[in-house]
Amino acid sequence: MEDAGTTVMMNQLPFIIFSFIAILMALGTITARNPVYSVLCLILTFFALSGHYVLLNAQFIAVVNLIVYAGAIMVLFLFVLMLLNLNKETEPVKSYLWQISGAIAAGLVLVTLAGALKGASAYMVKGGPEAEGIGLVKNLGKILFSDFVLPFEISSILFLAAMVGAVFIGKREKQEGGANS
Amino acid sequence: MDSALLIEKIVLVLVILGITLLIATYSTYAERKIAAFLQDRQGPNRAGIFGILQPIADAGKMFFKEDLIPAASEKWLFIMGPGIAMFTACMTGAAIPWGTELHVFGYTLHMQIADIDIGILYIIGFVSMGVYGIMIGGWASNNKYSLYGAIRASSQMISYELAMGLSIIAVVMMTGTLSLKEIAAQQHGINWNIWYQPLGFIIFFTCALAECNRAPFDLPECDSELIGGYHTEYSSMKLGFYLFAEYINMFISSAVIATLYFGGYNFPGMDFIESSTLLGWLQFATLFAKIFFFIFVFMWIRWTLPRFRYDQLMHLGWKSLIPLAIVNMLITAAVVLLKSNSF
Amino acid sequence: MQPLTNRSKLVVQKEMTFMERIYLPAILKGMAITLSHFFKKKNTVQYPEVQRPIAPVYRGKHVLKRDEQGRERCTACGLCAVACPAEAITMVAAERTKGEENLYREEKYAAVYEINQLRCIFCGLCEEACPKEAIFLTDVITPVETTRKEFVYGKDKLVEPLNQRIDVSKRQSWRMPEQQS
Repeated sequence: MEDAGTTVMMNQLPFIIFSFIAILMALGTITARNPVYSVLCLILTFFALSGHYVLLNAQFIAVVNLIVYAGAIMVLFLFVLMLLNLNKETEPVKSYLWQISGAIAAGLVLVTLAGALKGASAYMVKGGPEAEGIGLVKNLGKILFSDFVLPFEISSILFLAAMVGAVFIGKREKQEGGANS
Repeated sequence: MDSALLIEKIVLVLVILGITLLIATYSTYAERKIAAFLQDRQGPNRAGIFGILQPIADAGKMFFKEDLIPAASEKWLFIMGPGIAMFTACMTGAAIPWGTELHVFGYTLHMQIADIDIGILYIIGFVSMGVYGIMIGGWASNNKYSLYGAIRASSQMISYELAMGLSIIAVVMMTGTLSLKEIAAQQHGINWNIWYQPLGFIIFFTCALAECNRAPFDLPECDSELIGGYHTEYSSMKLGFYLFAEYINMFISSAVIATLYFGGYNFPGMDFIESSTLLGWLQFATLFAKIFFFIFVFMWIRWTLPRFRYDQLMHLGWKSLIPLAIVNMLITAAVVLLKSNSF
Repeated sequence: MQPLTNRSKLVVQKEMTFMERIYLPAILKGMAITLSHFFKKKNTVQYPEVQRPIAPVYRGKHVLKRDEQGRERCTACGLCAVACPAEAITMVAAERTKGEENLYREEKYAAVYEINQLRCIFCGLCEEACPKEAIFLTDVITPVETTRKEFVYGKDKLVEPLNQRIDVSKRQSWRMPEQQS
């Protein structure tokens, strides 16, 4: 009995470590006074989440999470934050009204999320042999291009639209501010 | 996981790490020697015969120098920066197949630390992490030059990662796998990917230069404009770590280039070797010969080409390499499609 | 206008051809040039072991010569100090007393004679100015010191030692015709 207990503990140990890091760093993200530290905490949170994905045998998602979020988007965040001269003196003082309304809005988001997840929980537990290696690239690719082909293509159109929009904005600014070129 | 496998992996990790560090150390020597030879000079030749002990002397100097931390810096991050740079540089080596099998003292070693089926994505992921070391160090120094270096590094890395990823996609489409082990195994003999992907190789190589912050893309640390760029404020072994990380990155990049485009451990005539022990060692040696060649090319380029201007760098990345990589990807896709239909 | 050399080139800003715009041929050409240097003979002279031949009129560290009987030639006239463009030479004159005839050739001699080697530009004007052929520049290179004070050479470092005479005949022969005329 004791032996089985330790094996369970051993199997759960990485999960516990990753969860601990994720929660701690997520707290650090919102409590850090310095926005740069905040972003760095967020990056570490992503790392912990990637660790979770690996534990779920979803290596592809884990690495893509690292490349896209931690490797690209967070670099841009950090890039912008480093250029801003953020220190305590320049931090705007927010009134209580704003703080209270912010808290209410965040609470509403939480309630919505909780409601959505409660409804969704019925679909989530779907074990079985075919779901075993779903995180691996081959199976993931097959499923993406068969069962989920419509959402996948729609999201790619969304990306295309975003790209066109970015190019359009870049072009227009260049025409107006000719001295910049 | 049984303990034999665990021990095997630990040994392999230590050996690869040791080799990586050794090669990075001697890359500094090679760099100085090659630079000197390309400029009709002798290079270091005082410490030991042919100056072979020069890296050790340099390391000793680095260790004993005064370690300065600027008063106005973010101390934590200032110390973390070089550590992150070094860590990410060392981590990348885990997914590279250094050979197939090696027979040592009756054991069969599988020459890959982690055979993950997304090996190439893993490498891209950790290479893109490498920028944090530079960014954090540059920002934490609280120095305008360092910040400039950090910002240049990050924008350069992001820009060239795209073209790099797109050129890899072409290889992945051709081979049909993301695992570096299989990519290497498919290039049996002289059936190397370079024959099918010459354009992809040029794009990848250019991007690898940029990702390693090597000349002519060494704008983050360019001495003439930014003093030392992101490592202006660093001294002693922290500076040593940054410089070291660059050489490790160069080594790993060379290994990835060799694996992706130049057949990894494969060499022509490998089928004729009967003894599997000999074959294992020869494969190992072949891969390292290729890696050394690419390290030499990296250095050769550095001491030939002048540094780009920043707008030229962005121009090259966004307006030349990315469109070229997309064209390369489309052509590859068309060929792969045609081939799969006809057979 | 007549060109001064036949190497002048007319600058033309013409559109680059396709081959020029892809840069690669030019890069390869440059790399071929550097590689050819890789195998060329190195120009370095391994200094302490190998020394480059120096010109017979090389101007190095000064020496205050003695005459054939071992007497100091300097009479502390101060012409060298006046001639010195770097104002590196200072001296204090003293009168020769009885019994010192074997030490000093003239009736007046330099009790203190100092050359600041940090100021000295090794132009050799002191040598030209000297009416007594007392000061010469030798082919010895001024050694490195660790403090500024040590670079102010007194008589202890300048006067020719009796047991190892310094040959300045090369410089004298170079001066001879001028002297005779």
